[in-house]
Amino acid sequence: MISLNGIAKHFPNSTQALRDLSFKVSEKEFVSLLGPSGCGKSTALRLVAGLLAPDSGSVQYPHGKPEIGFVFQEPTLMPWADALTNARLPLDLKHLPRGEAEARAMEALARVGLKGFERAYPRELSGGMKMRVSIARALAAHPQLLLLDEPFAALDEITRNALGDDLLRLWREDGLTVLFVTHSVSESSYLSQRVLVMTPRPGHIAADITLPSGRDGRLSPATIAAQRQISDALNGAGALA
Amino acid sequence: MRRFIDIMLPLAVAALVLGFWQWAVTQWQVPVYVLPAPSAIAAAFVNNFSSLMAALTATFLITVAGFAGAVAAALALAILFSQSRLIERSLYPYAVILQVTPVVAIAPLILIWIGFEHITLALALLAGLIAFFPVLTSTMLGLKSVDFNLMDLARLYGASRWQRLWKVQLPSALPYLLSGMKTGGVIALIGEVTAEFVAGSGTATGLAWRITESSNRLEIATTFAALALLALLGVAIFAALSLLEWALLRRWHESALRA
Repeated sequence: MISLNGIAKHFPNSTQALRDLSFKVSEKEFVSLLGPSGCGKSTALRLVAGLLAPDSGSVQYPHGKPEIGFVFQEPTLMPWADALTNARLPLDLKHLPRGEAEARAMEALARVGLKGFERAYPRELSGGMKMRVSIARALAAHPQLLLLDEPFAALDEITRNALGDDLLRLWREDGLTVLFVTHSVSESSYLSQRVLVMTPRPGHIAADITLPSGRDGRLSPATIAAQRQISDALNGAGALA
Repeated sequence: MRRFIDIMLPLAVAALVLGFWQWAVTQWQVPVYVLPAPSAIAAAFVNNFSSLMAALTATFLITVAGFAGAVAAALALAILFSQSRLIERSLYPYAVILQVTPVVAIAPLILIWIGFEHITLALALLAGLIAFFPVLTSTMLGLKSVDFNLMDLARLYGASRWQRLWKVQLPSALPYLLSGMKTGGVIALIGEVTAEFVAGSGTATGLAWRITESSNRLEIATTFAALALLALLGVAIFAALSLLEWALLRRWHESALRA
């Protein structure tokens, strides 16, 4: 579905963020992009979304550019609008009829467990609920590709786990393709089918690990084994140094 | 209870001061052309009620017209600046020059250009000139303080420049605009009064003119009555703008939640 080929990208201050970054993501795959802070993984995600253009190399969508949903690390909601209006934003921008936009946003909010909170303003919601609105907003656009940039990094562990499970459910139900940026080994080991380990300065893919199936729990032996495998790859890449 | 005390305490102070004032003026037989007693001021207010009210209305309408024009112009210019750095860099210095030049110094020119036959227009323009800058700068700051991720998100979903402005930038600039308006509204009144003073006695207009005229005739009690109305008008303008701010921001903005 996505193909990044030999991408280089410099920051405005001319430090190189990405060098020869290449990877592919297939349809309906759940792929984590894992690496330490500052390795350029957020930059890579923005390139995929088309929010940034590469200095060289290319981002390709062999089957045409999919509908994209984007979730930031911060909920990034409009504080002046209630949850429903926030979830409706992508549809409003696409000039969908108001009734249809509203129905789709209501449905998206219900799917992330926010039924009854449609009229709540962001300031009235907890951190986890705000993130749920942010996910609902991404879902309301009926995306084929969901891009998430460390979406749970600012949340407590209990909320993080609950949202992770919800994300897995939504991925399965909708047949989404997910590209999930994270710096958490345990999160990537549990959630994803494949983990791309990135090294920093300049960022590129150091390891491409396909995880075995059957990781049916955060602490199942298969998940723990996957964690060890990912940690070893990070160590091998010198990322933890 | 807290609220009650917050209202009662200043009122008690006012009663004390007025009482002392009344007593002192009578006791020491202060001439009425130096400091009239509160009772004399009240009498002057009643005797000149219709002319004072006409002056108050004139001052109010001119101030509001000038202020409304200033808000519209400042908002338009701030939006223009937010769309083009080139235009901002070309024009912003002139906005600063306009602001740092005291309005009193420009007033005679404006009055001559617009002419005394259109005196209210000239006064409104001067009131607007002084209110313009705080609204412009705070709105510019607001348009720049927008959440960049939110702007990126809008771009991702194919928002046009106009949609980004209307759906994201302007709402997030609203608290800044309203704060600029609170400053601008009060100084618009200052600008209007200054302009009336400069226009001078040939032009029977608003409260400032009544102050000049009555003090020239040594009707100091009338001067005080006009002054009190002017203060009330300033308070009313500030209160109205604060109310507008509260009404628009109370659901979502931190500033309205603490108040």
